Amino acid sequence: MDLLEYQGKQLFARRDVPVPAGRHALTVEEATAAADEVGFPCVVKAQVQIGGRGKAGGIKVANSRDEVREHAEAILGMDIRGLTVHELWIEAASEIASEYYASVVFDRSAKAPLLMLSTKGGMDIEEVAAEDPGAIARLHVDPLLGFQDFHGRRLAYEAGVDADVVRPVGAMLAKLYEVFVSEDATLVEVNPLIVTGSAGEADGQRDVKALDAKVTLDDNAMYRHPDNAQLRDPSREDPQERMAKERGLTYVKLDGDIGILGNGAGLVMSTLDVVAEAGGSPANFLDAGGGSKAEAITSAVEVILSNPKVKAVLFNIFGGITRCDEVARGLIEAFDQIKPEVPFVVRLDGTNDEEGRRLLAEASLPNVHIAATMDGAAAKVVELAREAETAAA
Amino acid sequence: MSILVDRDTRLCVSGITGREGTFHSLRNRDYGTQVVGGVTPGKGGQDVDGIPVFDTFHDAVESTGANTAMIFVPPRFAADSILEAEDAGIELIVAITEGIPAHDELRVFNKLNADGRARLIGPNCPGILSPGKANVGIIPAAFFREGNVGVVSRSGTLTYQIGNVIAQQGFGNSTIVGIGGDPVPGSDFIDVIAMFQEDSETELIVMCGEIGGDAEERAADFIEANVTKPVVAYIAGFTAPPGKTMGHAGAIVSGSQGTAQAKAEALEAKGVRVGRTPTEVAELAVSLLGDARSASSLA
Repeated sequence: MDLLEYQGKQLFARRDVPVPAGRHALTVEEATAAADEVGFPCVVKAQVQIGGRGKAGGIKVANSRDEVREHAEAILGMDIRGLTVHELWIEAASEIASEYYASVVFDRSAKAPLLMLSTKGGMDIEEVAAEDPGAIARLHVDPLLGFQDFHGRRLAYEAGVDADVVRPVGAMLAKLYEVFVSEDATLVEVNPLIVTGSAGEADGQRDVKALDAKVTLDDNAMYRHPDNAQLRDPSREDPQERMAKERGLTYVKLDGDIGILGNGAGLVMSTLDVVAEAGGSPANFLDAGGGSKAEAITSAVEVILSNPKVKAVLFNIFGGITRCDEVARGLIEAFDQIKPEVPFVVRLDGTNDEEGRRLLAEASLPNVHIAATMDGAAAKVVELAREAETAAA
Repeated sequence: MSILVDRDTRLCVSGITGREGTFHSLRNRDYGTQVVGGVTPGKGGQDVDGIPVFDTFHDAVESTGANTAMIFVPPRFAADSILEAEDAGIELIVAITEGIPAHDELRVFNKLNADGRARLIGPNCPGILSPGKANVGIIPAAFFREGNVGVVSRSGTLTYQIGNVIAQQGFGNSTIVGIGGDPVPGSDFIDVIAMFQEDSETELIVMCGEIGGDAEERAADFIEANVTKPVVAYIAGFTAPPGKTMGHAGAIVSGSQGTAQAKAEALEAKGVRVGRTPTEVAELAVSLLGDARSASSLA
């Protein structure tokens, strides 16, 4: 689960990562009230899960109540690269001396957490990595040992942070690592990590703060973080994806018009590819899972057909633990309950496939085509979707 | 020969008293696998259709001489169970459980790697089948027969699909290894391909990859440097949009990283034949095997 900036910052605050004071707001009135609490100047920040908010006009500094009102009105409802802004974060403005970058990444390849630190913060880190890879200091942490203070010092010196902030930057990295492990995150990124105040100040040490927060949490670990599980906002999710999640189905919405159901993630991914290869465009990924029972199939058909773009549906089942006769029963039940208007192509192979095909033949469902192979099924469903499109035009 | 599991496998199942655990343990035994015991804390002394149940892996190993573990317990108990099996001296651990937290997998991987005593296959995998010898896991054995094709795959059903086409052409398998769809698999393509390279029965290797991570790219380099047997590959997920987890926790394109296109290109650049559909992969494998046969009959 990807968190919004303010959710990430609230998580940071809980783990003592220094962040600017801020308040959440859903309306213009809440925004002005929030600004009164955090004080002026403050920053009105659009809360959407996409980069480039600043360039799109989604982040504005306000020096007065009227300016907060003006910016909140402009930003709420704004479209930022396809996402509508429904939430704001009102934050005390920070004095910025330098902008750094810090992250903890789940490095699958090295099978260890990867810490990164750079003094080139505030810009797209992938661009920095491409243009000036030496500007990013990197270090893997042994997950059995955990973060050690020397890790922080090594990164800070290697990245070349200002001498007076080596210690606070190291402390910040230690806390970010703590967030990464304790919250079961797979990504903790701070860009920019800011240095406040000016170098050589009389009181000695300057401070650092996380001015942004990008956090991804592991869905598989949510059972041990009930507070974090609450951060999920179903209203932000796609309606079909939400419906599928409630039914315990693995579903990903895509742009096309051919509904797909299969069993096993790899086979479903492969089915999407084969349909695309045949000239079609899949409307979804749906893994009905191992051992799919009839009710699960009926439920899945409902989810697929609730997407109005779907013009034809392909069932691609290779029965291992899943029994093809169960899938056939589910489909027959679905036709009985939902009475689909779009054509179906069904390919059943593997455990009890003959029985499954016999059941389907007996039921003689309207507009259901049986295919012998995966490739043949893909070609047929693409043809049917094209026919439906032509008929509609 | 075969790799990882065979007639000498002595299997102990963690979670044998659960519904799925019982079902698959008995199926594995019916296939001919020696299922010597099970572990369920608190149920030591009971049995599952004659298979003795122990409270701990240590008891099970001591009493039965188990050398292989299969993990069937729910995700929140799975990492602990894997570590217990390793601590008890089990050499091969096959973790079927799906949904283990990524950080747990990271700790387990690094601990096993540091100790160097046990090999982990999975988690989130269908297990290992050496046709005619042993089945450890949930792979439906009916579709596979003995033969010379070694298969290593991140996906279960996709493996059955490809294996079935190969079987229909009259060829069989030495061993089928599901390494699983999670971000931190205990064993990777490279580990298994290296074993197939050394296995006298295996003549050809089929690898089934998918989007996410860089295991396929690393395997491509390894194959070029170390593998003399022909390798045929399939990659699933060409149409997967970036940032979306496609069923398997590890199947995600992150930015420009982990695309199917990049994986296929990396493999092809190192001389691995990549089929665009599962059928094409099976056909490639069959034609290479057919060539090998006619060559050997001419010699």
